Amino acid sequence: MKDTFREASHLVRLVVVLAVAIVAFLGLRGAVVPKDFGQYGHYRPGALEDSRAKPIVFAGQQDCVVCHEDQAKARDSGRHARITCEACHGPQAKHVEDPSNKPKLPQVSAICTNCHEKDVAKPKWLPQQVTKDHANGMECNSCHKPHAPKMG
Amino acid sequence: MHEMNPAVQGFMYPNEVELQWSVLIVLYPYITGLVAGAFILASLERVFRVEAVKPTYRLALLTALAFLLVAPLPLQLHLGHPERSLEMYLTPHSTSAMAMFGFVYLWYLMVVLLLEIYLDYRADIVRMAGESTGLKRLIYRALTLGSYNMSAASRRIDDRVGYIVTVIGIPSAFLLHGYVGFIFGSIKANPWWSTPLMPIVFLFSAMVSGIAAVLLIYMVTYRLKGLAIEMSCLDTIAKYLFYAFVIDFSLEMLDLIHRIYEADESFKSLDFMVHTHLYVPHIVLQIGLGTIVPLVILALTQIMTLEERWRRRLYVVAASLTLVGIFAMRWNVVIGGQLFSKSFLGYTSYKMEFATREGLLTAIVLMLLPFAILAVLVKLLPPWVSKQQAEA
Repeated sequence: MKDTFREASHLVRLVVVLAVAIVAFLGLRGAVVPKDFGQYGHYRPGALEDSRAKPIVFAGQQDCVVCHEDQAKARDSGRHARITCEACHGPQAKHVEDPSNKPKLPQVSAICTNCHEKDVAKPKWLPQQVTKDHANGMECNSCHKPHAPKMG
Repeated sequence: MHEMNPAVQGFMYPNEVELQWSVLIVLYPYITGLVAGAFILASLERVFRVEAVKPTYRLALLTALAFLLVAPLPLQLHLGHPERSLEMYLTPHSTSAMAMFGFVYLWYLMVVLLLEIYLDYRADIVRMAGESTGLKRLIYRALTLGSYNMSAASRRIDDRVGYIVTVIGIPSAFLLHGYVGFIFGSIKANPWWSTPLMPIVFLFSAMVSGIAAVLLIYMVTYRLKGLAIEMSCLDTIAKYLFYAFVIDFSLEMLDLIHRIYEADESFKSLDFMVHTHLYVPHIVLQIGLGTIVPLVILALTQIMTLEERWRRRLYVVAASLTLVGIFAMRWNVVIGGQLFSKSFLGYTSYKMEFATREGLLTAIVLMLLPFAILAVLVKLLPPWVSKQQAEA
């Protein structure tokens, strides 16, 4: 038995190398994986705090209408009544904090086609156009008012 | 939709238009298949005592290692952030089939392949540590782990442990590639993939491709080294290639007949796709050139008495076509499974990019990389067996 052990000493060394590697891995795991990992699911609970700590970028509808009452009324009367301001104008928390920080107006040709470019996969009730045939190079807001787009 | 995007025909849901899995995901099962197949060929000699294939034993193990080292690269290139792959081990996700593959891979690499190669080469490593100079000497000395015991008893122990490792290795190789098939076969939302036969079909096609690859690598490397190619070895490998191929082809046909007879709601759509978009890769390359032609060639070499030089040429043709056929099979599974709509009313197409992260150039480099690694490995751990050694 003792002889066998001596003749297999190279394998013992191999096992020692593997054991050291496993211990080093477990050490690394202990050092880098947070203790509370998996508390709520397969993620780091601290990630929730990290998300909460991020600055808010959307102001919210109610803040916009405080100053932009006319546009809000126009929108409420039209087909875009349920589309919030920031869906087209982008996040505006900075603008609410400091009104002198003026946002850029949305680029009409790109923003309208996001929803209204013809696509058979879109629901039938949604108005859709093949822009190049319908507008012939003109901007959408040459004819349609973005806040209440239905004509006539 | 066709007016807007000529690559799309009929009705596609918006998220189906662009393929998410590129040519790199085709390479991944192809490469792991070569690994599993090469290892199973090596085990023929070790466990099943098929002495004729002895000259390819070490070469097959090194081939398996070279390809296994490259196997994760297509996935890492596809996903980006390769540093995150360590997370699979740090925070194991037991219900994710893809995440658990990391452990299958690690088991196969560390416990099976590296250990078997180490045990088989240990006596040579000790000898070379004494004979070589410079950097090579340092590498060999490190590999000996400070033990220079070359006694007959220690080598018997190596042989015994190596045998046990190979016995464990066979189901591990089955697990490695069966798992790749499982990843596809378990996607119930996709009728092109979702079949319990998938792991078994992948497994046998892996054996076929691995055996064909080692056969070619054996012939090419021995020719380059100016060593004699053992005809009995080639004949035996070709025989096993033929057997594995017959089983693989039968399984694939069984799957096909089952689909045709069952003819579920996806059948018309898939049938249309096979006759149009996938006609060349599926009917011509996979079934015709890649399966029936090599099978007929291999069958001929089994039933006819041909001259050596003809057998040799026919084996090269059959093995090369086999590798093309199995690649086409991986292509048809991965790319084919993304070309049709879940509505069964439309089809998209795949346009391969060239010099991008997931382009053709990257795929070519990834396919060449294992050969570069193999060239280094055979320099470090020579697998060559001369005629006298093979007969001994």
